[in-house]
Amino acid sequence: MRIGSRILQRRAGLAAALAALVLLGALFIAPFAFMVSTSLKPEDRIFSETVEWIPRSPVWANYAAALEAFPFLLYLRNTLLVCGLTVVGTLLSSSLPAYGFSRLRWRGRDPLFFVMLATLMLPVQVTMLPQFLMFRNLGWTGTFLPLVVPPFFGNAFAIFLLRQFFLSIPQELSDAARLDGCSEARILWQIVAPLSRPALVTVGLFAFIGAWTDFLNPLVYLTDESTYTLALGLQTFIGRHSSEWHLLMAAATVVTLPLMVVFFLAQKTFIQGISLGGVKG
Amino acid sequence: MKERARERRKTIQGLLFISPWLIGFLIFTLYPITASLYYSFCDFRVLTPPRWIGWGNFQALLTDRDYFLPSLYNTLFMLGELPVALVLGVGMALLLNQRLPGIGLFRTLYYVPSVMPTVAVAVLWMWILNPEYGLVNAALRPVLAPLGLQAPGWLADPAWSKPAFMLMDLWAVGGSVVIYLAGLQGISPHLYEAAELDGAGAWQKTRHVTLPQLSPVIFYNLIIGVIATFQYFTQTFIMTNGGPQNSTLFYSLHLFHNAFRDFRMGQACAMAWILFLITLGATVALFRSSARWVYYEGERGG
Repeated sequence: MRIGSRILQRRAGLAAALAALVLLGALFIAPFAFMVSTSLKPEDRIFSETVEWIPRSPVWANYAAALEAFPFLLYLRNTLLVCGLTVVGTLLSSSLPAYGFSRLRWRGRDPLFFVMLATLMLPVQVTMLPQFLMFRNLGWTGTFLPLVVPPFFGNAFAIFLLRQFFLSIPQELSDAARLDGCSEARILWQIVAPLSRPALVTVGLFAFIGAWTDFLNPLVYLTDESTYTLALGLQTFIGRHSSEWHLLMAAATVVTLPLMVVFFLAQKTFIQGISLGGVKG
Repeated sequence: MKERARERRKTIQGLLFISPWLIGFLIFTLYPITASLYYSFCDFRVLTPPRWIGWGNFQALLTDRDYFLPSLYNTLFMLGELPVALVLGVGMALLLNQRLPGIGLFRTLYYVPSVMPTVAVAVLWMWILNPEYGLVNAALRPVLAPLGLQAPGWLADPAWSKPAFMLMDLWAVGGSVVIYLAGLQGISPHLYEAAELDGAGAWQKTRHVTLPQLSPVIFYNLIIGVIATFQYFTQTFIMTNGGPQNSTLFYSLHLFHNAFRDFRMGQACAMAWILFLITLGATVALFRSSARWVYYEGERGG
């Protein structure tokens, strides 16, 4: 009897949880739905006080018009260039230090690691302005260099995540390889890195999302419209078509979509990477 | 002697491995920090060389009732969204931690707004918050109209512009939910089994097992939240650029205006250092308080 009521109670609890999930889910998806539905409406049907979720006759031409109104393909190419270099740079320049901070023992390692962690506390605003002046003196403003060169010099957060992951790999594997005369670089490349795929994917994905959505750096450094990234291009687009919401929503959808695709493809490894690499207390 | 040579070789090897970061640290962090500290005590307008003025920038800022102090108050006001985000974030993580059909879909659904490009979020919410044709007021009007109330003007109304930004930020709460979720999944099932043997119900398990075990993650998210609030920039830059009546002139936006619109680099650097001290102070204060409410593994009692 008691067990029966417990099961009933549990069922009721799960049903309530499911109801809450669906309700909240609807609230969270509503803005997306509104974006897509606006992007498919003819101009004269946007301004209505009641929401028409599913446009009676979707106007796909809005997408063509939006993509024509700003050089989408050029900006996509620029963005992919910046993202690609950022991902490659971050992975290369963060896995080496992460290895040095976790799998090797040497004097001065821990104080330096502490310094690196301390830099995570530093607001970008503190370093941003002298960096800007530095890049300006080098003549780098207006080029991609200020965006893609720093990622090749290690990212503290990425190094931290990778280090935590590297620490969880049994030391015996490295010891055995060392006995066979393997160099440390080869151990990283052939043993530690392949075992750390989820962490590497997570770091790569963070780098990609970060570069794709970055607005401040392109805003400061990219002065020529032909070098704009999608984020910056979209902002310019907002300024020029401020009340053409159907076009704006189409553009916003297009800029968001590739990121969603990448996220869906990588999400399993990504969530695994977060929980294993441990932002655990 | 041989031992020493080996030690040295190991240190050199270690330094070689970390050299990408170390070189980057020297060029992109240590030098800029030093320069920025120096500039913060200078009158520096980019085109002319910096001129030492002592505490001048800091004095000017702390007595600036038109821009600096309002930007500070506006930002402090925005900290009010952190407790709401915390309750909502933990609640959603608890829901998403259930074993239910289609849970993976819900997890993705809640997470996606937080990875959407900020500029796209900004333009979407400018539309959603549109007083006449936006989604929010379309939902509010049927509720407010019978009470004889007007729907808010959101971004167009100084009284409602900050809540408008809060609403938008809460939509992206999923970013912290994944971290809470990772924390929840790290809690040992044995703790729950032990609690059940002691006859604990669902609420008691949440109160005495889940929340204490999750407290380090809550603590981490709070610190990140404070830092993020002070660095809030892109959304205000695009959606309001500080208006109406400076009601959304947040700290980092004012810093940006100072540096890149008015070319007052010295004053902008001083602002960056004040920002650093504020976030450092907040972190230290949170750490101090954490002894009372954050539970760490291996501690006695808890």
